[in-house]
Amino acid sequence: MKHLLGTQDLSRDEAVLILDTASQMAATQEREIRKLPTLRGKTVVNLFFEDSTRTRISFEAAAKRLSADVINFSAKGSSVSKGESLKDTALTLQAMGADAVVIRHWASGAAYQLAHGGWLHGSVLNAGDGTHEHPTQALLDAFTMRKHLADSDGGGTDGKGLDGLRVAIVGDVLHSRVARSNMHLLTTLGASVALVAPPTLLPVGMDDWPVEVFHGLDAALDAQPVDAVMMLRVQRERMTGGGASFFPSPAEYTRMFGLDIQRMARLPDHGIVMHPGPMNRGLEISAEAADSARSVIVEQVANGVAVRMAALYLLLAGREGAS
Amino acid sequence: MTGTILGARDIDRALTRIAHEILERNGGAATIVLLGIPTRGLPLAERLAAKIATVEQDFDAHARCGALDITMYRDDLYRQPTRPIGPTTLPPQGIDDAVVILVDDVFHTGRTIRAALDAIKDLGRPQSVQLAVLVDRGHRELPIRADFVGKNIPTSRAERVEVHLSQVDGEDAVILAGGER
Amino acid sequence: MVFENVSFAGQTEGYLLVEDGIITGMQGTAISAPASARRLDASGLIALPGLVDLHTHLREPGREDAETIETGSRAAARGGWTAVHAMANTDPVADTAGVVEQVWSRGREVGLVDVFPVGAVTVGLKGERLSEMGAMADSRARVRAFSDDGKCVYDPVIMRRALEYVKSFDGVIIQHAQDLRLTEGSQMHEGEVSAELGLAGWPAVAEESIVARDVLLAGHVGSRVHLQHLSTAGSVDIVRWAKSRGIQVTAEATPHHLLLTHEEARTYDPLFKVNPPLRTAEDVEAVRAGLADGTIDIVATDHAPHASQDKDCEWAAASFGMLGLETAVGIVQQTMVDTGRMTWGQVALRMSHLPARIGRVEHVHGRRMAQGQPANVTLVDPASPWTVDAATLASRSRNTPYAGRVLPGRAVATFLRGKPTYLDPRFEGVFA
Repeated sequence: MKHLLGTQDLSRDEAVLILDTASQMAATQEREIRKLPTLRGKTVVNLFFEDSTRTRISFEAAAKRLSADVINFSAKGSSVSKGESLKDTALTLQAMGADAVVIRHWASGAAYQLAHGGWLHGSVLNAGDGTHEHPTQALLDAFTMRKHLADSDGGGTDGKGLDGLRVAIVGDVLHSRVARSNMHLLTTLGASVALVAPPTLLPVGMDDWPVEVFHGLDAALDAQPVDAVMMLRVQRERMTGGGASFFPSPAEYTRMFGLDIQRMARLPDHGIVMHPGPMNRGLEISAEAADSARSVIVEQVANGVAVRMAALYLLLAGREGAS
Repeated sequence: MTGTILGARDIDRALTRIAHEILERNGGAATIVLLGIPTRGLPLAERLAAKIATVEQDFDAHARCGALDITMYRDDLYRQPTRPIGPTTLPPQGIDDAVVILVDDVFHTGRTIRAALDAIKDLGRPQSVQLAVLVDRGHRELPIRADFVGKNIPTSRAERVEVHLSQVDGEDAVILAGGER
Repeated sequence: MVFENVSFAGQTEGYLLVEDGIITGMQGTAISAPASARRLDASGLIALPGLVDLHTHLREPGREDAETIETGSRAAARGGWTAVHAMANTDPVADTAGVVEQVWSRGREVGLVDVFPVGAVTVGLKGERLSEMGAMADSRARVRAFSDDGKCVYDPVIMRRALEYVKSFDGVIIQHAQDLRLTEGSQMHEGEVSAELGLAGWPAVAEESIVARDVLLAGHVGSRVHLQHLSTAGSVDIVRWAKSRGIQVTAEATPHHLLLTHEEARTYDPLFKVNPPLRTAEDVEAVRAGLADGTIDIVATDHAPHASQDKDCEWAAASFGMLGLETAVGIVQQTMVDTGRMTWGQVALRMSHLPARIGRVEHVHGRRMAQGQPANVTLVDPASPWTVDAATLASRSRNTPYAGRVLPGRAVATFLRGKPTYLDPRFEGVFA
């Protein structure tokens, strides 16, 4: 792999390799000395055109645990200057000798452009581009699900996918890069996906997506047992303000799509609750559900570092051009 | 000289000898931990542990054996295609103050062992580290030597030494291949 | 000057005699050319009446870094055009007699094509107050076509008044059909590709609803409306219906909507970002069918030069638009002529006669090729495949989406009133 731009183009073997590598990385993180010398001498740039402290520190921790040098480059505000800065920034990073660029950008396709613009030599890791993809989030979600749900035989998870699992993704699918990346990856790994959202928050043109669609959380829970339910963040202002009218009110959204204790009780015994964060407690998820024993939300964060270490390792630790 | 150098019985005999040498050198097995370097160092370590257990009654072969993956410590990562990372598992009591016997199949340049020493350093502080190998084929590139050697096989650099073990390859054999001079 | 062995719109072959900018003889009349006349062997070439573009952005005044009247005129001449209608969305906006006269006279100074300024419908293209269209019509620029192109005349009352008002001088309102609310933040056609790429969708209905509204309004007030760049099958259907009802509606298709689809967005290359967006293959087929059966009257380029920094950036940050003047003939040949859907005679109709008539410049352009007519002539070589190279275009900008594509033919000589405004290198020396 040269770049990690999305999960859509990941083969099952590649995805499983990343997850298996992440398992080994996670194991190293339980040691007293958690730093590995693996990427010594490599430079990883965190290029953030959009604020996301969580994602940035997760990538930063991953790179540092592998002994890479980390440069944080916050280019926020450049959206106003019409983005020529993407090219110029790329040229700057190239001149600084970046081996990998972790890019977070408000524009869909920015990671693809950075990888294919001919401006930059290094690997590109997409840390979220507009409403397109956020592959490491989907990978850490899959890693978390695999750990909890794919080891029923006790033989470990290495080499396994998520075959036969059913995952409900609930909320603003239209604007969610997390939902897109998860849909592709979950399908590739053999899980079936239910998208749960009001029609206003589902994209036009998704007829061929390999998913079931429900317009209420109860309907999705009634249809078949759900092994994992993934709640997406609802951006309150974007949803009801400024004439957007994606739904009538936060209260109605919570009634139809919110995860509370009652709905959570309808999950099977092994069922888990996920959220990519940051949460709106009381809107898409109740505080009780978020803090319950079924919730793996905090663990998702920890797994994020291992998955990002795996991605950095697989992109950077080989001879260039070899795979 | 190409072809099968060691057969199953030769390998077993060599491992038996090494097991005894380890016990002799260390005055027993009280503090011994065996760490096999995947892939084939791992079954070799397990076999050595089993042989030690037949001599030392209170030696729990399973609990004293571990795996040490050295991929992330290699000095040639950027010269090779990306390698998958193998498991590292330590005995429950760890390796602090233990005598660690590193076990590998073929001892060649010494770079793998250098990486293993770095990896051990991050995992704990053993009392000492000793090296047991099934085959020493020479051509050292670092000042590292083995403490226990199954067989010394002089080779040319062009030759390849292949160790087959039943757990991995379905048979036990050491084969010298290629490299006609 | 004598053009020998030329094919008239691909039908009859013969010669064409031009004297003092006027066609003075054609096949069938005896050649009375003086022995000193220059002769041009036009074997294998097709003579079309000089092409007329009803939709060009020349960017002057205001964005001379992207295009000027001079560079745009040169690009037009090279593409086979003898007249262009320059859109009003300049800076300052062409919403006064002063600005349109400035554009018009600068076009004459350059002299490579006739530049007909299009006046803004509303002041500053803001959609709020009608601009002084009467003054522009009475100016030396003699404006008859009015458009807020780039923006839709969104307010139905303003649109109605504009349609009514231009009747007094036989003007036409050229509408850029785009519902503003339905396209807030929109980046590309709303469909399976936008869903996948996560680029905000631009629904077909955002165009079709305005097309429907405006044909009804034009019918109601009995005025002429011209609809720009139809891009959807639904728009074509609505225009077809409107024409069947006798509504005075005309419509255009751009070369890019005849060729490219929304699949191009998969590379996130902003060269493919255009307004209205590239649509589905079914829409492309419907636009071709509409052009073939006359529902769509003309081809117009929507030549939209942009400085490189406005295209060499994130898709969402990039400007809408693409170059078109120099590639239009090749694309029309590829999509319509070589596919058997249009003859070269129909190309002449849809790229010269009708656009001239819609723009009300038919007294000087888009004339029949006949004795006594001005010698506005475009010679097309339909058998000279060429690879589009952005670096060699005459436009000041480089934002062609066709770079690297092979087009089957192109204009090889353009004459404005008998004067060569573009000559392929093959004619070197002929007019020395």
